[in-house]
Amino acid sequence: MDIRTTGGPATDVEMAAVDGLLGDPEPVDHRVAYGGRAVRSLRHLLLPVLHAIQDRTGWVSRGALEYACRRLSIPPAEAYGVVSFYARFAHEPRDAKVVHVCDDIVCSLAGANAVEGAIRVPCLGLCDRAPASLVERFGADYQAVQMPETPPHVVAGVQLLRRVGVVDPESIESYRAHGGFAGLQRAREIGREAVIAMVSEAKLLGRGGAAFPTGRKWESVAKAQAQPHYLVCNADESEPGTFKDRVLMENDPFAVVEAMAIAAFATGCERGYIYVRDEYPLARRRIGKAISQSRELLGVELEVRRGAGAYICGEETALFNSIEGKRGEPRNKPPFPVEVGLFGKPTLVNNVETLLNVLDIVNGDFGDTRIFCVSGRVSRPGVYEVPMGTPLRSLLEIAGAGDIQAVLLGGAAGSFLTADQIDVALSFEGTRAIGATLGSGAVIVFDETADMKEVLLRIARFFRDESCGQCVPCRVGTKRQEEILERMFTERDGDRSADVMLLSDIAQAMRDASICGLGQTAANAIASGLTQLKVLNG
Amino acid sequence: MAEAVFVGLPKRFVSLSIDGREVEVLEGSTILDACRRLEVDTPTLCQLDNLTPVNVCRVCVVEVEGARVLVPACSRRVEAGMKVRTDSERVRHSRRLVLELLGSSVDMSLCSAQVRGWMERYGAVPERFGVGAATVAQPVKVDNELYVRDYSRCILCYKCVEACGVDAQNTFAIGVAGRGFDAHISTEFDTPLPDSACVYCGNCIGVCPTGALMFKSEHDMRGAGTWDEGRQSVTETVCPYCGVGCMLELHVQDNSIVKVTSPLDHSVTSGHLCVKGRFGFEFVQRRKG
Repeated sequence: MDIRTTGGPATDVEMAAVDGLLGDPEPVDHRVAYGGRAVRSLRHLLLPVLHAIQDRTGWVSRGALEYACRRLSIPPAEAYGVVSFYARFAHEPRDAKVVHVCDDIVCSLAGANAVEGAIRVPCLGLCDRAPASLVERFGADYQAVQMPETPPHVVAGVQLLRRVGVVDPESIESYRAHGGFAGLQRAREIGREAVIAMVSEAKLLGRGGAAFPTGRKWESVAKAQAQPHYLVCNADESEPGTFKDRVLMENDPFAVVEAMAIAAFATGCERGYIYVRDEYPLARRRIGKAISQSRELLGVELEVRRGAGAYICGEETALFNSIEGKRGEPRNKPPFPVEVGLFGKPTLVNNVETLLNVLDIVNGDFGDTRIFCVSGRVSRPGVYEVPMGTPLRSLLEIAGAGDIQAVLLGGAAGSFLTADQIDVALSFEGTRAIGATLGSGAVIVFDETADMKEVLLRIARFFRDESCGQCVPCRVGTKRQEEILERMFTERDGDRSADVMLLSDIAQAMRDASICGLGQTAANAIASGLTQLKVLNG
Repeated sequence: MAEAVFVGLPKRFVSLSIDGREVEVLEGSTILDACRRLEVDTPTLCQLDNLTPVNVCRVCVVEVEGARVLVPACSRRVEAGMKVRTDSERVRHSRRLVLELLGSSVDMSLCSAQVRGWMERYGAVPERFGVGAATVAQPVKVDNELYVRDYSRCILCYKCVEACGVDAQNTFAIGVAGRGFDAHISTEFDTPLPDSACVYCGNCIGVCPTGALMFKSEHDMRGAGTWDEGRQSVTETVCPYCGVGCMLELHVQDNSIVKVTSPLDHSVTSGHLCVKGRFGFEFVQRRKG
């Protein structure tokens, strides 16, 4: 490929940032062609390279991008497509310090809209400390700090959360002292088949939102003919109102790493990736430390990959594309990841919470619990682990909810419940019976003072911002949904029934014809909000 | 002695039902192939026989019994015993909405009569989203002598990106940039074509279904009001430049070549040409002044 670059040279600092990751370039010898398969196979390093450039300089200049393109043999047009896809990458020079302020559902309730002069971003996963922000300082000693820094969050649970606040998250000795790595050893003693059988027998359902039987996934990957197999831990927790995976990774990172090693062992994965969203610098650091401290024990090469500000990358196939250094566009299924996944190979994808359950299953102390992230108008926001089937009412009582106007269950892709529906049992079946979903475990509480029109508009804006733009129903549908909702809420007159009908037409097409779960659920919360909440009466 | 080479098992026929009618197609075929075999007219926008299906426009969706959501006919492989419905209420609804959503945001006036026929068949009324509906309207990009890019007509079908990339040209001068409603086709940093990697093969024009990519000759004539397909004839010939033997279709109006294409099903070109075959015709009509 003949890479044509016209953006001018990269600065020494930019080149050093790229070379720091890729190693020094080979000396130029014009008699030898550079590129080919060996270089193209490094394509998956594009996002790490872009991060290295931006961490150092605060933005991705054209010269820097083109230097990265030459080193990785990527056409500049394609790399531009990637860099412009992810919200976190900047194309203009910026100050050395940048503040990202969350203006999503929960932080808006807490008054985040009042903050001026900062970049507004969707949910930062710090809803228990709302209003939240993320401060980045670019330079040789890049720093990213989640604010507020001191976590006043509540962590209540005795099973999956039992080590949170008890173990030292940066010390392998501390983790060992609390029974760490016994599960991995046990798994090796009983063998692959037995581990998979235990997971299947426990009837564990995936905690990422889709509730797929974990055992079936593991069996399929273990049996897949093609080699190698890959493991991916999905830690791109971006559903507004969700922060449980962050709490787990920040406070119990060794358990996540051990669980990944067990999964890789059972399904024959040669390499594993944990894709952590960019907004979780602390979790990323701690997981990275845990991996390096326990490397010899794991029996599998694990690597942390850093997202770049894209909700869609929580969709498993979009996540593969992102790891591969491409735009985070979901793939059409079938083929499913268990057959054709990361780098086109059989891939096991599990959410953080799902993997932690596996650890308990192997250790023989599995309790079918579920972690909920309670935020919004409650006096004790935080993560609460309760037995599957606990009534929502009890959860709200423990978290200190007062008068309730509505509860958003499952985040932006979930649905609204009204005060008379909070006796619902928090289980897959219980929520399904009333047309709701547990989704990612987000529970956002609104009291009578909350402006639900604003909340619905924020959700519509969220999906318009986060749609990858690949398929028509979602790309244009989320835009139209936002426009129509705005029109309905601002114009005093006009025929609202026609607009309600339009929204429902769009919703059906998005649900039926979108490529992935984002488009398929982008109308859920809004549809349930319009029917359940009193937003159209004046 | 050479080692034996495994060439794969012979393909078998798979039988499935489409709208209640049984049909047999080779395994590995798509639902769209099966539909065509039964002459079930299926709308497609991002699909083209000489490109890898990207299934992004979603206008070809069909209902497969047992599937939770609709599936794209252009890329979903047939399975034995599959029961497909191409004209159910759900299918008609999604096809109509896809056409309406596109029609409300993109200038589709230069689409083929076939596309207009589908809009009529599914009762698509793009205007129903109201006058305030956002569009992708923008000025035409005229930055070279050979072709223009009018992205207010772009439905983002990815075809040009595929033709510029691994499906034909391997030049990679354009890609999809941005995301969501702001996603668009672009060179790196929106650089003008002469500064990009573009080699002017024009294969992107050849696959564009909406007239967003157009010969400059056609664009100028349309602007002057002289473009008239009724007065055009098509002459088939073989490209005179090299020995590959590409078949050319010369579109001629008033004794001047106004554009050059190649048939999609031609064994040599698969519809794709190079800059010489596509644009190197000026000398033919350089008349002595």
